[in-house]
Amino acid sequence: MHIFKHTNYDFLRWRWHAIAVSWIIIIAGIVAIARNGIPKGVEFAGGTVVIDQFDQAVTVQQVRSGLDRGFPGGGQNVVVQAYGDPSQHQVMIRVPSIGAEQGQSLGVVAQQVNEALKKANIGGFTTVSTEIVGPTVGAELTSKGIWATVLSLIGILLYLAFRFQFSFGVGAVVATIHDLLITLAFLAFFRYDMTLNVIAALLTMTGYSTNDTIVIFDRIRENLRSMRRDSLHHVINASVNQTLGRTIIVSGTALLTALALFFFGGEVLHGFAFTMVVGIITGTYSSVFIAAAIVSLWRGTGPTRAAAHAPVTATPTAPQQPARRQKPQRKARAS
Amino acid sequence: MQNIRWKVITILAVLVVFGAVGVYPILSAWKGLPAPTWLKEKQLKLGLDLKGGVHLVLRVQTDDALRLETETESERLREELKTRNIPFTTIAVVNPTQFKVEGVPQTQDAPFRQAANEVQANFDRGSGVNGTYMFTMRPNIQVNLRGEAVVQARQTIERRVNDLGVTEPQIAQQGGGGDQILVQLPGVAEVERAKQIIGSPGLLELKIVERVSGSKEELLVNGQMPEGMEVVPGVSSAGDTGNLYYLVKRVAAVTGRDLRSARSSVDENNRPAVSFTLNSEGGRKFGKVSGENIGRQLAIILDGRVQSAPTLESRITTEGRITGSFTPEEVQNLSLILRSGALPASLTYLEERTIGPSLGADSIRSGVLASVVGLMLVVAFMLVYYKLSGVNAVVALIFNLVILLGLMAYIGAVMTLPGIAGFVLTMGIGVDSNVLIFERIKEELEAQRGVRASINAGFSRVFWTLFDTHIAALISCLFLFQFGTGPIRGFAVTLTIGLISNLFTSIFVSKTLFEIVLSRRQQVATLSI
Repeated sequence: MHIFKHTNYDFLRWRWHAIAVSWIIIIAGIVAIARNGIPKGVEFAGGTVVIDQFDQAVTVQQVRSGLDRGFPGGGQNVVVQAYGDPSQHQVMIRVPSIGAEQGQSLGVVAQQVNEALKKANIGGFTTVSTEIVGPTVGAELTSKGIWATVLSLIGILLYLAFRFQFSFGVGAVVATIHDLLITLAFLAFFRYDMTLNVIAALLTMTGYSTNDTIVIFDRIRENLRSMRRDSLHHVINASVNQTLGRTIIVSGTALLTALALFFFGGEVLHGFAFTMVVGIITGTYSSVFIAAAIVSLWRGTGPTRAAAHAPVTATPTAPQQPARRQKPQRKARAS
Repeated sequence: MQNIRWKVITILAVLVVFGAVGVYPILSAWKGLPAPTWLKEKQLKLGLDLKGGVHLVLRVQTDDALRLETETESERLREELKTRNIPFTTIAVVNPTQFKVEGVPQTQDAPFRQAANEVQANFDRGSGVNGTYMFTMRPNIQVNLRGEAVVQARQTIERRVNDLGVTEPQIAQQGGGGDQILVQLPGVAEVERAKQIIGSPGLLELKIVERVSGSKEELLVNGQMPEGMEVVPGVSSAGDTGNLYYLVKRVAAVTGRDLRSARSSVDENNRPAVSFTLNSEGGRKFGKVSGENIGRQLAIILDGRVQSAPTLESRITTEGRITGSFTPEEVQNLSLILRSGALPASLTYLEERTIGPSLGADSIRSGVLASVVGLMLVVAFMLVYYKLSGVNAVVALIFNLVILLGLMAYIGAVMTLPGIAGFVLTMGIGVDSNVLIFERIKEELEAQRGVRASINAGFSRVFWTLFDTHIAALISCLFLFQFGTGPIRGFAVTLTIGLISNLFTSIFVSKTLFEIVLSRRQQVATLSI
């Protein structure tokens, strides 16, 4: 069974369109972030989150008016939302402030929230979770997250430069940054909170995207060796086409698991799953349309080989005389 | 044939070992099957976000420890100068790492330097005009003291938590500055009590009372604090509500460091009290001080507050009792805190999470459901798309999960919610490897090669692709682990193990499965793929 049999799309022809579409989304994302900011989860912003489970159904309105009356300073800065499975009557209350960091009083705000709700007399409840994060932790997490991302990108760049060529490393890293920006844009459009789990998903999805890109690059490396008479343009197109079936199947199955997480993974994993779904789609797109295009741009668009502008002929099957590789070739010999 | 037999034996051995460590304990806990204790202890542990419990991040205010050292050293110098009859006007602590001596006469400069050299090994001395000297703690000593303070705080917290009887607590240093302590207490019901006990300074000091008064100002001499003295607030020993202030020596006769043990007891009026025993060193010091001060009051100071100030009626050596208006619970907490020793510095709370066990159970349920649904979808797809070879992929996938569970249990990794996500991701990568190989085999088959040759070419060609993709993913994992905290680390660990086990299953196990199928037939013309 084949999803794509002997395809022969000229992906590189569409590279400028692809780059334009990506820029539009990224700029829209930047505008959205500039206007509204990235909503930060309590881990990053600091503050207090209390999740209470009520004995019977309560509305967000009831909880909010209870807080307006009983919570010091009123409820205007307080976020109240229903949480998780509706049959469990859970409500999440988020307050941007915390008790003093000194001594035992960090949890004061959480206690005040629960006292206000008790006074409001809207039914018995138990607190299933509280989360109180001081400002220091958030700042540290942000810097650590940025460091982890930057360093892992540099690590991948160096590894690919070592195993392939520098231009391939650049292509993979640009594609990864592209995926990060696109996913951030979608997180901003749908107003998901930036939480630790979302960060984990972002890093996972960059792993996925690099994985996809490397598979295509690997094929380009191999084809550069066996299709020595063809243009780089042609080789890249042939490689993307040859791996297209695999790309679609793998992304499809990954998307299946991410969708399973999105629909069945529960409230806590929601942001994670959303990020994964967006990340897998953009990661696949960037591997096919962006990464190889960057390589060809980096190395110059001109005809690099004898048969420049050779008519793009179908080369769907494996190379005629495949040299069986016994050991790794450090660098593909090309141009 | 010989070759295949060994491969099969290797694979079965791996399956049995990892299955025994990773899967059997879970089954035994679930279905109540018998399992030896050493195996049960190896069972995969759940993180706080799945099990419920308290997660605290505290910062040790290491400045406190430096200030204490500076104060102690300045007092030592004061005593030394007095015994040598070297005059000065003041000795004062300026900040946690510096103290200043003023008004040493010019003529006494040489003897002063000599005295200072003998006492102050840890401080650099700078001289100013008019006999002013600034003592600054050496940088390496500062670093050492800060490090020691954090280690001591961690050990103290460990003792307190163990005394509380929490099972499997996790207490570790973390954070860029190295001054943060992570405390994870699974399933603690009394959060407030745990927090209170962990954060109490627990500093016990016994000091002879110079004077007692109802107001602070009355204790001062000409509006100034007398040399080497301090005023400590407390309640009056008669038990009325008014505040009393005690003028006491700054340096304690005996501190909590000299304690051997503390336990809850009752006083002569049958009210709850804490009895303590001093060690021999403390007993000697206490005996000397109490013998010299019979008839005077002894202040029992806990965390900067006088709890009681009984009059010394005889010489006391090792036994003492702290009385006050305590509830029985307070007495229990207090004796626990005193037993574990004082914190070397105060603590601030940076983060506090409480996850109820019900929320954790919900998360497990949804996480497992999502994983199973994802797995089913992928299995169904592979079987439809790759037919019999799909079975091969599914077997490899199951192997992968067994090895992952086994290795995690073996190294004592903790399963967290992002860890479950890492699990799902591992399934995805595992499928990716098989798809890569199968698609390549298909290509080779189309090039009219034989089945055997196609399979061999498929595996050997894809090997370096898999190698590169896995190494790149491992590079990301490395940084994720390095910079991540708590649950994110769990994710990185799960993914790392998954990547390694996946390389094994997709290359070694899958290939062997193909070889087994091929070895049973002489002529192979077709492959179900």
